[in-house]
Amino acid sequence: MTDRTPREIEALIALMARLPGLGPRSARRAVLHLLTRREGLMAPLAQAMARVALAARDCAVCGNIGTSEICPICADPARATAEICVVEQVSDLWAMERAGVFRGRYHVLGGTLSALDGVTPDSLRIPALVDRVAAEGVTEVILALNATVEGATTAHYLAEALAETGASVTSLAQGVPVGGELDYLDDGTIGAALRARRRM
Amino acid sequence: MRGFAIGALTVSHFRSHRALRLVLDGRPVAITGPNGAGKTNLLEAVSLLSPGRGLRRAEPGDLARRPEAIGWKVRAGVRTPDGLHEVETWADPGAAREVRVDGKVATQAALGRLLRVLWLVPTMDRLWTDAAEARRRFLDRIALSFFPDHAEAALAYDKAMRDRNRLLKDAVRDPAWYAALEARMAEAAAVLRANRAAAVGRLAAAQAGAATAFPRAELQIDEGEGAAGDLAATWARDRARDMAAGRTLAGPHRADLGAVYADKGMAAALCSTGEQKALLVSLVLANARALAADLGAAPVLLLDEVAAHLDAGRRAALYDEICALGAQAIMTGTEAHLFDSLGGRGQTFAVVDEGGLSVVEETARPRSVSA
Repeated sequence: MTDRTPREIEALIALMARLPGLGPRSARRAVLHLLTRREGLMAPLAQAMARVALAARDCAVCGNIGTSEICPICADPARATAEICVVEQVSDLWAMERAGVFRGRYHVLGGTLSALDGVTPDSLRIPALVDRVAAEGVTEVILALNATVEGATTAHYLAEALAETGASVTSLAQGVPVGGELDYLDDGTIGAALRARRRM
Repeated sequence: MRGFAIGALTVSHFRSHRALRLVLDGRPVAITGPNGAGKTNLLEAVSLLSPGRGLRRAEPGDLARRPEAIGWKVRAGVRTPDGLHEVETWADPGAAREVRVDGKVATQAALGRLLRVLWLVPTMDRLWTDAAEARRRFLDRIALSFFPDHAEAALAYDKAMRDRNRLLKDAVRDPAWYAALEARMAEAAAVLRANRAAAVGRLAAAQAGAATAFPRAELQIDEGEGAAGDLAATWARDRARDMAAGRTLAGPHRADLGAVYADKGMAAALCSTGEQKALLVSLVLANARALAADLGAAPVLLLDEVAAHLDAGRRAALYDEICALGAQAIMTGTEAHLFDSLGGRGQTFAVVDEGGLSVVEETARPRSVSA
């Protein structure tokens, strides 16, 4: 089967297979799907990808991905400047925005501290965060990092690095998810929820 | 009392076994056969129904039957106090081990919550004279059997410590980075220490007053350096020294476990080979009794070549205690007569090697032969 597929199409399949969530088989299926809808889907997709590839850039302030020097969130005068929410990845920023509950601004670290993987404070845009907090009159830094060993280490490091700025540093709560049932929670989550209990 | 038990066990392309299906009924199991027939491989397959690398601490890739090396799979029906479950674990070539419980993807830690498996293997015969690492591992398996969160704490500790060791090796001088990692390590270390101490306490309680033919072992944890006080402060103070060594020198990863033959007041390392074996059997039985009291069900016991170093009287006592516990003990031995005193209280299987392939057959129960 493979040796009869033209080389250009094989190359496209190989590229598709590198996307998250796709393997060789699903990439082949996706490419076949595109090939059978060349005008309606494949050409517009190719054009859109080419346009975005040219225009896409990291926001100079927060690290969000957009198509302008400053992303729409940072450029929005209606967003509060006193609060910065720190996230690991752009996907986390997008998740926060989908929830639509946070009206401040963001700072994308681009990962978490890991000596083993050579991820240092400087490569994580931490100095830029400290500068922003001081320069923009930020009063609260909300750490929305993943509840992993690396996330907790990075949060601890940030709290220390931001101590001198005078801004209060908070982190997201950990515990029972909204609509969740206790019976299905793991022991660690139940423990965290109990420690973070609040008066009714 | 009905314990945790393996029901149907299917083993595919695993070491010397190509396609094996055993139907177990929850009673003790005796597996006999000559050296190299593949008895221990069966126990190893069952040990992989618990978190970790199994009783030989093998890499997943090394478990695949050769020369095919197409990956391996172990599937078992498992009886637990909250019902029957279907557990599958496997590894494809070059991939990590995967787990499914009742058809759903699960973590290895989830296995520790579902099933309790304890084992005793001949390499542990030298436990008390071996390096401390082996005793620490023994202690951690006991702790894990009581506290399933032990596995996660051990992983978290290890992860943060490896990162700290990297900083030390690279001679990074960033106090805040060290402090952040040491805080994670301290959190995990507190869980590890508490679990280990509580586990030793449970074993002591289970040994006290138990009707057993096996000698009581008094266990003591030696926390080593930084035993007293605040570990985070110890690590912060010792960064320069640790940097010179290129690794973290204090903490639960340096703890040791000591044992004393209580009635003789003699350190386990100085006891005879037979006495050391008896102490280990005693500890495993105590662990099983304590778990049975906690959970209302005895754990599955994997006892490899357990009859070696035990005289006929102690062997009979061991089988009696296993049956009294209601534990499914899966045992191996080179000779069928080693299990004579088990009588009709268990299932027996014979394993033979046929040209590099293990063949297993259920045998009629051994006749009670007078010695």
